[in-house]
Amino acid sequence: MEQQYYVEMRDINKQFGDFQALEQINFGIEKGKLIGLLGPSGSGKTTILRILAGLETAETGDIIINGQVVNDIPASQRGIGFVFQNYALFRYMTVFENVAFGLRVQKWPKSRVKERVNEMLRLVGLEGLEKRYPSQLSGGQRQRVAFARALAPEPQLLLLDEPFAAIDAKVRQELRRWLKGMISTVGITSIFVTHDQEEAIEVADEIIITNQGRIEQIGKPVDIYRNPTTPFVARFIGDSAELENVHLFPGFEYAADQIKHAIIRPEYLTVYKKGEPVEYPNSVEPGVVVQSAFRGTVTEYQIRLSDGTILTANRLVDTAPLAEGEQVQIFARRLLAFDEERAFPVENICLAGVRPYVI
Amino acid sequence: MKRKQKKKTRVIPGFGLSLGVTVTILSLVVVIPLCSLVVFTSQLSFSDFLSTVTSSRVMSSYWVSFSTALVASLINAGMGLMIAWVLVRYDFPGKRIMDGMIEIPFALPTAVAGISLTHLTTTNGWVGSLFDKIGIQIAYTRIGITVALVFIGIPFVVRSVQPVLEKIDPQYEEAAGMMGATRCYTFFRVILPEILPALIAGFTMAFARCLGEYGSVVFIAGNTPYKTEITPLLIMAQLQEYDYASATSIALVMLIAAFLILFINAVLQSRTSKIVSGIE
Repeated sequence: MEQQYYVEMRDINKQFGDFQALEQINFGIEKGKLIGLLGPSGSGKTTILRILAGLETAETGDIIINGQVVNDIPASQRGIGFVFQNYALFRYMTVFENVAFGLRVQKWPKSRVKERVNEMLRLVGLEGLEKRYPSQLSGGQRQRVAFARALAPEPQLLLLDEPFAAIDAKVRQELRRWLKGMISTVGITSIFVTHDQEEAIEVADEIIITNQGRIEQIGKPVDIYRNPTTPFVARFIGDSAELENVHLFPGFEYAADQIKHAIIRPEYLTVYKKGEPVEYPNSVEPGVVVQSAFRGTVTEYQIRLSDGTILTANRLVDTAPLAEGEQVQIFARRLLAFDEERAFPVENICLAGVRPYVI
Repeated sequence: MKRKQKKKTRVIPGFGLSLGVTVTILSLVVVIPLCSLVVFTSQLSFSDFLSTVTSSRVMSSYWVSFSTALVASLINAGMGLMIAWVLVRYDFPGKRIMDGMIEIPFALPTAVAGISLTHLTTTNGWVGSLFDKIGIQIAYTRIGITVALVFIGIPFVVRSVQPVLEKIDPQYEEAAGMMGATRCYTFFRVILPEILPALIAGFTMAFARCLGEYGSVVFIAGNTPYKTEITPLLIMAQLQEYDYASATSIALVMLIAAFLILFINAVLQSRTSKIVSGIE
């Protein structure tokens, strides 16, 4: 049984001159989901969004929205609301005129335009600002206007290009939560592009990770975080440090032959100060604290191992602080190992039980 | 704790010196000559002044000057916008050359332009002979003056609109397009408001320049009193008769007109910049 997707891309290829921007893009999105397109800059995520919207055309492949191939349907008739990176609010129009723009173009009757615009402004919490110009709004308010403008003509699909990039860090947190709540209230299928993994993990129901014009992995944030399937994703997601000599790490010798590369994340590590009770004394590795940074609930330490590898580890704020240059002991619960094609987790032998399990 | 700072220190020194030089130059080049206009004019009594600047020959020269300048600037606004649009939006061979050619009216001695335009548009000229067949005479009529003024004014509009057009974010058009707006609708509702301040600025600069244009017009105008005599020419005529007071009287009227035009422009500009910058 083939699953019924609401939005689908099949074998999409796109070139800009000699540059292969997208290569064999295939994915499907279920109705009502909020999808994050995540990848480093130049990975093709914005191009995917623009092809979906009809702002770019792909060389090959099909774009399917709601069971209909929309390759040859112009952007304005695909039923898509688009929120641009810089919002592209019309500077010489008031907030009201901006939100009403799409409705006027579609020749809605005047009374309904007024009704719908007011409804949208109520929804995004900007009542009373109808007569302002975009320059008289804060960054967050501008984004809300852009959101209202995109939603006003009742689109089937909402696309957002780096919706939080132009907003300062403090407001961004709040807006993320707002946007997630808003989209689930409206119940519209949405795709947003971001280069910020934290943002994608927090906001999206499902994440599509792109790299060099290809899709690396599609999955729920939790799955992507826990079980990255490709080397790129393993390196890209999380605060990872690369491990050169896996066999040096006690507890992983058993798998050292199969593991060429591995990364380790802060949450896999426990750092013991000298004199603190150690749970698995056989499996600890000595290290030296190089740097510490207070992060609020945790303190982040950079710790150098005997072979020069530097790992990042956290300790809760109520534990004894470590000084720079202090000798410590590190215990790793698991590693993320990968070769050229795939990535897989490896447990420490102490936790893996009698029979070590390697995928 | 009382700390009084008498002099504000600035990062880049030399404010006093540079302002002094600026004021000196401005005085020498602009303010003093303009003041001398008033001084010379004051040699006449007020009633003499009035009768000079409202004599029927002078009045009809105002009409010739203003009407041709206005028509020429309106043509320039449309044409200049189109040229700027083509230069910014499209790529074609020879674009750079065309871009450079826009400034020729700035660089060319205006008399040269006047002579060549006259030569072209007389009834035996290449262009003039064509129009003569359908009964339109260009040289030695107000049409001719307008043609010369269009030539003189075109760079003002192109050069003020071009940079603004270049800076318009393509996302505006994409956003309008996504919502289903036609290109025409997008142009008039989204792009035109963006470039309108620059267009008005270019228009007023061209208009002010056209009012004062002398060199190119005298050749093509024919200078028939009451018909194709422009105000600058009358000033010149008075000067040649050593009637400085009359010449400066008429010049003063033109000066006031120029000030008014630039003032209206400034008001319009500040209104639009309020919308964009958000200062109430």
